[in-house]
Amino acid sequence: MKKIVDIGKKILIANEEYALKNRQFLAKQKKLCLNMISSPGSGKTTILVRTINDLKDKIKIGVIEGDIQTDLDAKRIKATKAPAIQIETGGSCHLSAAQVSDALENLPISTLDLIFIENVGNLVCPSAFELGEWGKIAVLSVAEGDDKPAKYPAIFAKSKALLINKIDLLDAGALVDFDIERAKADAGKLNKNIKIFPVSARTGQGMAEWYNWLEDSVKNIRG
Amino acid sequence: MHETMVAESLLKTISAESTKQNAKPTSAKISCGMLNAINDEILCFAFEAIAKGTPCEGMRLEIEHKPFQGKCINCGETFEFELCRPRCSNCESEQFDLLPDAPLILEEIEFETE
Repeated sequence: MKKIVDIGKKILIANEEYALKNRQFLAKQKKLCLNMISSPGSGKTTILVRTINDLKDKIKIGVIEGDIQTDLDAKRIKATKAPAIQIETGGSCHLSAAQVSDALENLPISTLDLIFIENVGNLVCPSAFELGEWGKIAVLSVAEGDDKPAKYPAIFAKSKALLINKIDLLDAGALVDFDIERAKADAGKLNKNIKIFPVSARTGQGMAEWYNWLEDSVKNIRG
Repeated sequence: MHETMVAESLLKTISAESTKQNAKPTSAKISCGMLNAINDEILCFAFEAIAKGTPCEGMRLEIEHKPFQGKCINCGETFEFELCRPRCSNCESEQFDLLPDAPLILEEIEFETE
């Protein structure tokens, strides 16, 4: 005999409950929280270090760092004097909302305007796990190729903004073939509202528009 | 790789239901949207590996991938589409809003009863 039982339950409900708790906490505190997702080596930490330094008189930023091993990234953030919490996932390919919940308790939230979560370098898995952030930020560096938004659509479909980083490599000569218009068009196919910022975190090129967007977003959350 | 976490969560829920029903589970139906990034082969392999020695050993997982859905800005039609052809099925417009992706859901479990 066979018996079929209807369940109809979200499989990742445990993570979603923590994400909801984080979202409610951040909304109550009126803090902007952004979850940064990209492949390893796209320049997430370099973008954060430059952003923290350039905006230090305007926006107070704290960072939750996710890596499989080491606290190298948290050390780079702490060198800017911004508070940073390192989460070592010990092999897991993404951050979970429970890990972020613990980290939020250890950040001096009341002194901050903006909390960045730098997720584990991975263009696929982190996009499936809500952390309670206000928005996701995708980072794509030009050396990775302009076909990535078409090949890995999930993160581009779910992000509020896309930073196309290392554009100084394009100006340096024909060392990298990357068609910015193609990447923009593919990222926009599934996400009409995505803001796209071509930048170089190394030279500072294009960063002013990103900063304006961050300042506006912080103001909107503050209300 | 996050399929391992999905498999662990599935095993926990199915094991609890198996105790409640006092029956051996034989298969389960799962549904997910296109943005859940679930690879069937990896999920089934992960589940098979962690289910060894539990009442869930030997279970079959059926995974349904629900298509992308869009709402056309031009004509208002709600339609399903594939990534290779992202346009309205009614008016062919490429101007549409992507509707929320279907969540990852454990739909039903089939048990073998005496």
